[in-house]
Amino acid sequence: MADYIIEVENLVKKFGDLVAVNDISFKVAPGEIFGFLGPNGAGKTTTINILCTLLRPNSGRATINGFDVVHQQSQVRQSIGLVFQDPSLDERLSGLQNLRFHALVYNVPSPVREQRIKEMLSMMQLWDKRHSEVRTYSGGMKRRLELARGLLHRPKVLFLDEPTLGLDPQTRNRIWEYILDLRQREGVTIFLTTHYMDEAQKADRLAIIDYGQLIAMDTPEKLKRKVGKDIISVKTADNDKAADEIKRRYQTEIRPDGNELTFSVTNGEEFLPKFIKEFDIKIQSINLRRPSLDDVFLKLTGREIRQEEVRSAFKAMVRQYGRRQRR
Amino acid sequence: MNNLRGIYTIWYRDIIRFWRDRMRLVGTITLPLLFLFVFGPGLSTRMGLLGPGIDFAQFIFPGIIGMTVLMSSFMAGVSVVWDREYGFLREVLVAPISRVSVVIGKALGAATVALLQGMIIMLFAPLIGISLSVWTMLALLPLMFLLAISMGSLGVLLATYIRSVEAFQAVMQMLMFPMVFLSGVFFPLEGLPSWMDVLVKLNPATYGIAPIRQVVLGVPPELSVLGHTMTLWENIAVVAMVGTAVILMAMWSFGHQE
Repeated sequence: MADYIIEVENLVKKFGDLVAVNDISFKVAPGEIFGFLGPNGAGKTTTINILCTLLRPNSGRATINGFDVVHQQSQVRQSIGLVFQDPSLDERLSGLQNLRFHALVYNVPSPVREQRIKEMLSMMQLWDKRHSEVRTYSGGMKRRLELARGLLHRPKVLFLDEPTLGLDPQTRNRIWEYILDLRQREGVTIFLTTHYMDEAQKADRLAIIDYGQLIAMDTPEKLKRKVGKDIISVKTADNDKAADEIKRRYQTEIRPDGNELTFSVTNGEEFLPKFIKEFDIKIQSINLRRPSLDDVFLKLTGREIRQEEVRSAFKAMVRQYGRRQRR
Repeated sequence: MNNLRGIYTIWYRDIIRFWRDRMRLVGTITLPLLFLFVFGPGLSTRMGLLGPGIDFAQFIFPGIIGMTVLMSSFMAGVSVVWDREYGFLREVLVAPISRVSVVIGKALGAATVALLQGMIIMLFAPLIGISLSVWTMLALLPLMFLLAISMGSLGVLLATYIRSVEAFQAVMQMLMFPMVFLSGVFFPLEGLPSWMDVLVKLNPATYGIAPIRQVVLGVPPELSVLGHTMTLWENIAVVAMVGTAVILMAMWSFGHQE
């Protein structure tokens, strides 16, 4: 048994002139929840597609469960389960029929097949709806059915590509309960991509990816500690004057953030009372917070992860290139 | 073994889907039945006999069987395009079964449905004044199947290149109707204008229709290419070769899509 269930070395994937995945390397230990965090179009899905044998890399190598994703596709496919960003169910079949199809193509042995299907459907609370056509399911039910399907053949690694995209917060929470429960019960390694910070928080280790490059990799806590300082946001009667004042007094960088000023300090709890006492300009509101993954991302890339407009244009480009290549 | 299981699963899913949607059958056999019972008798009275004791309706009957099989199996390729559109194709592509077995499963699914429709048309024989023996019907099955699997593969081949359902249907109509009209479904193959004669003989469907007509009507071979009269087996060989080439191409292109 290898020490790592996923090993990726210097992976590169180009679509025409566009480098979607640029020299990425990482390793994932068995049983880990490993998260890929990055804006849309950063290269997360492209990486997953390479790992699950749907795309061939231009260079570099990757193994899953010890099998090479280019040369041992069949073994790799048997070792992984997938929940895609977009639904991939047969809407005209029932939930049960979808799982039976999956069990057959993944060669789940017939004596345990029905038993396992029942187990998975019950766990995802879909047993009562098993005979209904999937097109009558809600978004959350479909995602749960996909989770059940992804786990049916007892994969070593479960890939979850934006598993809660487009779901309402309640459903997202419930899906996450299932996912965490799954890891407990099945001991499966989970490879997750997301651009939701609260979701990334749940990973044991996170890789931050931007423009196809891996720019940081660590536990969420350590990543946050790297940003280090506490963050203070303050709103005053005269922000321009206040900015000069803060700069002069505390020698710190200031970022205007809407109608607030944001700056970081060490040891925020002690700084705050002192600041309020000695500051001359009228303070309208003040807020102290610990660094979040948003801040980590901002610091590492110089952008907020929510800048979607530019990013989705980039993603559209990747897709376009991808399609052209596929033709 | 792995491949057989893959083929079976892909085939079985298509059959379940077809069965859920069996009203589709009514739609797809309407056109052939119109040809058979409106177009046929309508022209029969004017055209007289096209062979010893064979009127126009009887003449086109085997052609209509062939046409039904051809159109139905060809159209089944659209399921690949639908699967891609609905995302299900990804589930199939990441499964540990070979792409080759996916193509064979799809082509078999198309052929099964087409065969069923061809058989339904076959049952109308007595109404046209043709009596088919059990042996004739049994002999027709492999002929229909050969045509169906070839055209089903062609549909799958097209579907690996065409990404939208609308485009697939447009391309299909563009190919299918010329193939049907230039194949001797509706007219005897002798004495055609020379430009048409060339197109008819380049059309693989011609070689699929000819043996069906020969078996159903019990007529001697009528198709001759470059002065050579094609026997039943030669026609079958042409369809088999074209079909093999098409399915190999479909496997290749399906295997190379990302």
